Amino acid sequence: MSDLLLDDDAPTPVAIKGRSLWDDARRRLMRNPAAVLSLYVVAILVLAAAFGPMLWVHPYDAIFRDKVAIAPTLADLHVLGTDTEGRDLAARTLLGLRISLLVGVAATAVALTIGVLWGAIAGFIGGWVDELMMRIVDALYAVPFIFFVIVLMTVVQFDDPVLNLVLIFCAIGAVEWLTMARIVRGQTISLRKKEFVEAARAAGATPVQIVFRHIAPNVLGPVVVFATLNIPVIILAESFLSFIGLGVQEPLSSLGSLLSRGKDQLQAPWMLIAPAATMLVTLLALNFLGDGLRDALDPKER
Amino acid sequence: MFALAVRRFLFAIPTLLAIIASAFVLMHLAPGGPFDQERQLPREIEQRLNAEYGLDLPIGQQLLNYMGGLLQGDLGPSMKYKDKDVLDIIAEGAPTSALLGLSAMALALVIGGGLGIMAALRRNRAQDYAVMAIAIAGVCLPPLVVGPLAQLVFGVELGWLPTGGLYRDQFGLAYLIMPAATLSLPLIAIVSRLMRASMIEALRSNSIRTARAKGLPEAQVIWRHALPIAMLPIVSYAGPALAGVMAGSFVVETVFQLPGIGKQFVTAAQQRDYTVIMGVVLVYSFLIIALNLAADLMYRVLDPRTRTP
Repeated sequence: MSDLLLDDDAPTPVAIKGRSLWDDARRRLMRNPAAVLSLYVVAILVLAAAFGPMLWVHPYDAIFRDKVAIAPTLADLHVLGTDTEGRDLAARTLLGLRISLLVGVAATAVALTIGVLWGAIAGFIGGWVDELMMRIVDALYAVPFIFFVIVLMTVVQFDDPVLNLVLIFCAIGAVEWLTMARIVRGQTISLRKKEFVEAARAAGATPVQIVFRHIAPNVLGPVVVFATLNIPVIILAESFLSFIGLGVQEPLSSLGSLLSRGKDQLQAPWMLIAPAATMLVTLLALNFLGDGLRDALDPKER
Repeated sequence: MFALAVRRFLFAIPTLLAIIASAFVLMHLAPGGPFDQERQLPREIEQRLNAEYGLDLPIGQQLLNYMGGLLQGDLGPSMKYKDKDVLDIIAEGAPTSALLGLSAMALALVIGGGLGIMAALRRNRAQDYAVMAIAIAGVCLPPLVVGPLAQLVFGVELGWLPTGGLYRDQFGLAYLIMPAATLSLPLIAIVSRLMRASMIEALRSNSIRTARAKGLPEAQVIWRHALPIAMLPIVSYAGPALAGVMAGSFVVETVFQLPGIGKQFVTAAQQRDYTVIMGVVLVYSFLIIALNLAADLMYRVLDPRTRTP
């Protein structure tokens, strides 16, 4: 038994090679054109955010005093124009995309960590601990948390823009974990009683093996879907903060802070259109991808 | 039912107290006092100001004073507008915000509900796919992006609608169209999705099969029997939706220059006018908690299954 499981060198007979949940999911995802397109768009956006600010000819904080608020032009490669301070808008949009995506992913990671731990602990232990932990979640649900982030951001201001950024995603992440906790708890409870877990236990699997080999992959599906759909929500929350002047501070930019500046300069519409288009494409791609993932991973469809 | 209402109400009180206390403590942890200005005030004057506003007391005492004031409907003075109380500022903005929020909600319910019902009745046909595409796209059309773009397109380029302002003395619907539509877009998306799902579920239920078996006309089956069941999830969505409308109205009021609570809140946040921020947060928290409670209780009134015998 054990050498059958552990001996990697033994040739696996093709005939009994099973299709894992993930193989199935990938196959279904690839059959969904909207999701595939979104996947490519997200990949391009991530690459642009990661390498764009480094590769682009203009730095994001360089000021061209003789070229203030010029329309998009090929001269000197200001392809998206410049802003009212004479900074290249393409560079600032790339940086804005980077920061927005970074906040989205980092805050989701924070929310995921808290939510998964909270939900898993409540689900595993059960009983009054579960009851208490979930009542706390219920109570917090009733609280309009975006206001708390606002209060926190008004009160705490670091001079260091990077520290400020860390504060933003910690603050947003710390309030977005509630749904995650509920999902994970529900999954954990339903899985704990499933036959295949019983079977694994009967076959002599240790609790650690059960958690990582049998429970984790099954919880992972909804978690991945939630995380994907949560990133746009957080990007919006950050944009909202930047929009009201409490988010990313100059000279850094996020899509929200660029939008906020663009809306005040309607005589220079390119300042609005570049970040707005980037934001729309990002949100659409992430939402369609998340939707596609949900369809692909939904076990009910199998 | 009554016992439940009381229990939920009692549950809401500590939540609200916790919000007040934590927001209050957070505010007071803020570095720098409210009277810090570019020009340094003489020490004695600052001390007298602090004494006047009760800021020299221990924080516990200040919190108690604040809560005492709250009970009498007093949210304290604004820290930046020396002649105004927080309550004045909120009261000034309330009509505009209420008008904007309610029109957006009404639009969302009528359009979103209508789209959702249509999608459910034409399930898996072209209309259904169209509505679902709108629903996904609508979530990605936040006021933050749509507001300024609409302003640019309809206000500046086409010149069809005013770009902002709301003149209450010579009230024009034209001033309300863009802000309300902008605010309602994401709501329409969510309501239509919810409505579609719950309508499909309602049409599958036994009561609808019975109604059809009785030979009722299809229109009556849908509007008289299916719709009330299908409305239930929409009712319980009212609380979170209101929170969304409020957060969205901050942006919409700022973009379209409407003199509502949201605009004042954003200004206060930029000026770090702590008492105003705190006041708006409390009023909105209270509203949301109250609405969640009301929606929850209404759900139980409307849905006989949740009533305990």
